[in-house]
Amino acid sequence: MTSGTEAFLEGVVRTATPLALAALGETVTERSGIINIGLEGSIIAGALGSVIGAAHGGVWAGFALGAICGLAVAAIFALFAVVLRADQIITGTAVTLLALGGTGTLYRFIYGSAGAALSTPTLNTTAIPFLSRIPIVGSALFAQPSITYILYCLIPIVSWWIYRTHAGLALRAMGENPAAAIAAGVRGKRVQFSAVLFGGALGGVSGATLVLAQAGTFVEGMSAGRGFIAIAIVVLGRWNPIGAVFAALIFGAASALQFYFQAIGTDLPYQLFLAFPYVLTLVALAATRGRISAPAALGRQDLEVE
Amino acid sequence: MAFLVDMLVHATPLMIAGLAVAIAFRAGIWNIGADGQFIAGATAAAWIGVSASTSIGWLALPLALLAGAIAGGIWAAIAAWLRSRFGVLEVISTIMLNFIATYGASYLVRGPLQEPTHVFPQTSSIVDGAHMPLLIAGTRLHWGFVLALLLAIVAWWVMKYSASGFRIRASGMSPFAARSAGLINVPRVTSGAFIVSGAIAGIAGAIEVCGVTFALYENISPGYGYTAIAVALLAGLNPLGVIGTGILFGALETAASTMQRSAGIPATTASVIEAIVILAVIGIAQFRSRRSVSAT
Amino acid sequence: MSDVALELASITRSFGRTVALQSASLSARRGTVHALLGENGAGKTTLMRIAFGMLRPDAGTVMVNGVIKSFTSPGAAIANGIAMVHQHFTLVPAMTVTENVALGGHGRFDPRQSRNDLVALAKRTGFAVDPDARVEELPAGAQQRVEILKALSHDPRVLILDEPTAILTPVEAHDLLNRARELVNDGGTAILITHRLRDALQFADDITVLRRGATVWTGSANAATEDALVSAMLGDEHVPAGSLTDGVGRRSRADDSKTVMELRNAGVRDALGVERLSAVSLEVRAGEIVGIAAVEGNGQHELLRLLAGRIAPTSGMVNLPSSVGFIPEDRQRDALIQDMSLRDNVALAGAGVRQGMVDWTAIGSRTRALLKDYDVRARDENVRISTLSGGNQQKLVVGREIEWSHVALVAENPSRGLDIQAAAAVRTRITDARNSGAAVVIYSSDIDEIISLADRVIVVYAGRVSECVNDYESVGRAMLGVTTT
Repeated sequence: MTSGTEAFLEGVVRTATPLALAALGETVTERSGIINIGLEGSIIAGALGSVIGAAHGGVWAGFALGAICGLAVAAIFALFAVVLRADQIITGTAVTLLALGGTGTLYRFIYGSAGAALSTPTLNTTAIPFLSRIPIVGSALFAQPSITYILYCLIPIVSWWIYRTHAGLALRAMGENPAAAIAAGVRGKRVQFSAVLFGGALGGVSGATLVLAQAGTFVEGMSAGRGFIAIAIVVLGRWNPIGAVFAALIFGAASALQFYFQAIGTDLPYQLFLAFPYVLTLVALAATRGRISAPAALGRQDLEVE
Repeated sequence: MAFLVDMLVHATPLMIAGLAVAIAFRAGIWNIGADGQFIAGATAAAWIGVSASTSIGWLALPLALLAGAIAGGIWAAIAAWLRSRFGVLEVISTIMLNFIATYGASYLVRGPLQEPTHVFPQTSSIVDGAHMPLLIAGTRLHWGFVLALLLAIVAWWVMKYSASGFRIRASGMSPFAARSAGLINVPRVTSGAFIVSGAIAGIAGAIEVCGVTFALYENISPGYGYTAIAVALLAGLNPLGVIGTGILFGALETAASTMQRSAGIPATTASVIEAIVILAVIGIAQFRSRRSVSAT
Repeated sequence: MSDVALELASITRSFGRTVALQSASLSARRGTVHALLGENGAGKTTLMRIAFGMLRPDAGTVMVNGVIKSFTSPGAAIANGIAMVHQHFTLVPAMTVTENVALGGHGRFDPRQSRNDLVALAKRTGFAVDPDARVEELPAGAQQRVEILKALSHDPRVLILDEPTAILTPVEAHDLLNRARELVNDGGTAILITHRLRDALQFADDITVLRRGATVWTGSANAATEDALVSAMLGDEHVPAGSLTDGVGRRSRADDSKTVMELRNAGVRDALGVERLSAVSLEVRAGEIVGIAAVEGNGQHELLRLLAGRIAPTSGMVNLPSSVGFIPEDRQRDALIQDMSLRDNVALAGAGVRQGMVDWTAIGSRTRALLKDYDVRARDENVRISTLSGGNQQKLVVGREIEWSHVALVAENPSRGLDIQAAAAVRTRITDARNSGAAVVIYSSDIDEIISLADRVIVVYAGRVSECVNDYESVGRAMLGVTTT
């Protein structure tokens, strides 16, 4: 059963990659004190953007355009939530609806409502020599599409940036006590705006991953709630980049389970497996009671200054 | 004329779901799960509708509506419990529950509740006793529309004149003052409003099944729960206003599907407009309040 | 180089409809301690926040060493040598002292380097702190020192201290002001925002007085007399000297009245399990005012809410009448719903237990009666409460709570932030309630107010209560935990 296990683990990492990317970005966003419920919108926008980009410039152009589209959607959210200080929850919901409807409309507009099976160039898996031969986990960790390796690089970089730069310190302070940060000379709104844009860009890359490293096509609503699951992953990971990635693996495993069970053959209805990640999200949120270790000023509308 | 009828038929679920969202938002509860609660209500009503024996006659209808309300209430209660007991953000839990409800309904219409020939992913048609009577014979316009109006009026009156309504409003506007000055049990009041909101969204689903589709199938809700947010916000969370905005969005979506058929413009454009409406309402409200910021 | 280190000229600033500063000016000479004096709400903090770049003026100029500056953020002010120690600490509770002091820097952040820098700074300036402690674990005095070190870490030429002695004990306050004097002797400039006349006269070289957002007096401290300053601070509504500490109304003997509020061995643990109140036993009788004195954080917050029936004890017993009026300190957050009308806010009283329908007609007339009886300046009961001034809002709260429960009243800093007249009105109402037989508990961070109003004084220290003699010296010492022999 070794190959079965290896296949399963490969599936776990593959499924976890887009979740981890989005959660990594959202971790930075939430550390600045902003909950971006519009992350789902960035993901779907990134998915559509990647299709357009890949069609014109190949896979990596697809990733780039995906990131830009994710960032653009996040910019709309930031305009309302950070600059105008509107309620983050309802603004994020509106942005998500806008992006979902907008991508659906654009897609049909560009590619016709016949829904012709559109296919894009995709990333093949790139096995890293020697490392991918490690028993059991080797192929899972090191025989993945290259975007996964980019994720591996991002993790220590983002971690270092949060904890070992003054910019990261300012970010964390904004999430804990914005009045204190601003009084210390931190450009509060600028920090939050940038953090949201960063999260949106990674959300866009996450959406691009869904298309360019997995599905090979765009389907309306293909983000399927991953943005919200990513937010739950941030909570589960205790607002820490490394924790988020581990939590993403758990959710990746939950999603990969359906393929595993399909492979071994089962009588359970397939909807059960489709629903499982969402149920797991609820359970995980309840179990971690995340409110206690959240950044103290998370979600706050006012900055208590000016 | 056909457009008018279509508009009102389409407006009915939007008005009721919009009412559900408005009540929750008034209580400070971000119920984004009206869609899932709608589906739960539709499922329960369909179940009653297909399993009710013909001997109970017209009683099947009120029973189905009641079942819809209960199912919607329970679906919301899950999120309410997660919120009060574990501090889970209701915006996330309700959206998760939307997905779960969708898959749940999908399983039922392809499994236990599927119509006898097992060909189509839907239930058999509901018994005649569960049909919503027509308002205008020969059209699709059913009494559900009137029910929607009544619900809105009752909700408005309760909010404005009842002690519970005041408690809901106070809890939503300032939980601190409600608790400290009003000695209001804010968690209990907001959970109650949450569940009532779910029940109302469930009734919307039940009415849709009993008045329009007469069966349950996948995609019974084409995003009514999300449009309801725009309906509620544009109405300023006022139950009477929801009547107007519900009809407005009913017109919008009817027009959108017409345009899709005739001009090929995707119907999803309606969602884009709805989202822009929400952002506009929020943006304008923020501009106004920032204009009159006062020193503490 | 100009002789004037910091000058604010004709500063005007409004918030919505409220005019906070009306052509206010201040000119601080280099090498001096300059006191900015004024009553609550005079605009002192607003003026200095403009100097520090936290707010933009609607009109007027800010000049540093004679050069006009336009600060868009505190960062700009800091870069120009201005630092501010705020009245309400601007520290991040969950972060360490080192992180808090380092906040606002640029480039790479090396915790060890920052820690060493902080230790060196602490030694140099004489303000001792534990660099690794989390701020939320520190007592108020230590947090104040962190605030100060934060400001000093930028090597400022102008140091602004906003009500630095507000929460300190008298000893700590004197210490701090002496240190400020030392810094100024080095050639820097210190601006001391205070409402305490005596501090200004004792420690400052120059004084500027603000009243209702305008500069009404400025000159050297030597040229100032207490009466002249009081006149300037209070203006036409001058309350004769000493009346602030006179008793308001007769004190009744309440020995034989019945007990209205009772605590027996009551204890309160907060959400984190920390014990805030231990084994408190207290009786409040009808027709008396019990004054609560405490340094913030010693448990008076919980005690007041226990007595008002707003929280339940985690141990022990509480005996209260069915309704207790409560006037909380943060009225904007806890007592009123800003977007609701006056009438709706009055309806808040008893909303939790009301059944059935709301009788809006009755509540409307009750509100109108309140507006008249308590001198609340408002057009009618339908206007939004946010349009009322702080003083009028508080008068409405006081009226609502007193009328709601005629038998018991708990007041938390009821006159804080109010102008002289509103404060006096509130105090009168509270004594009237007592005279009508209510059991009244009042907490104030102003010892003078407690002594003048209370029949008995209870001091809360480290979660325990003890009765205290009703004079300034005894209460002050008891608040610090110094037991009188």
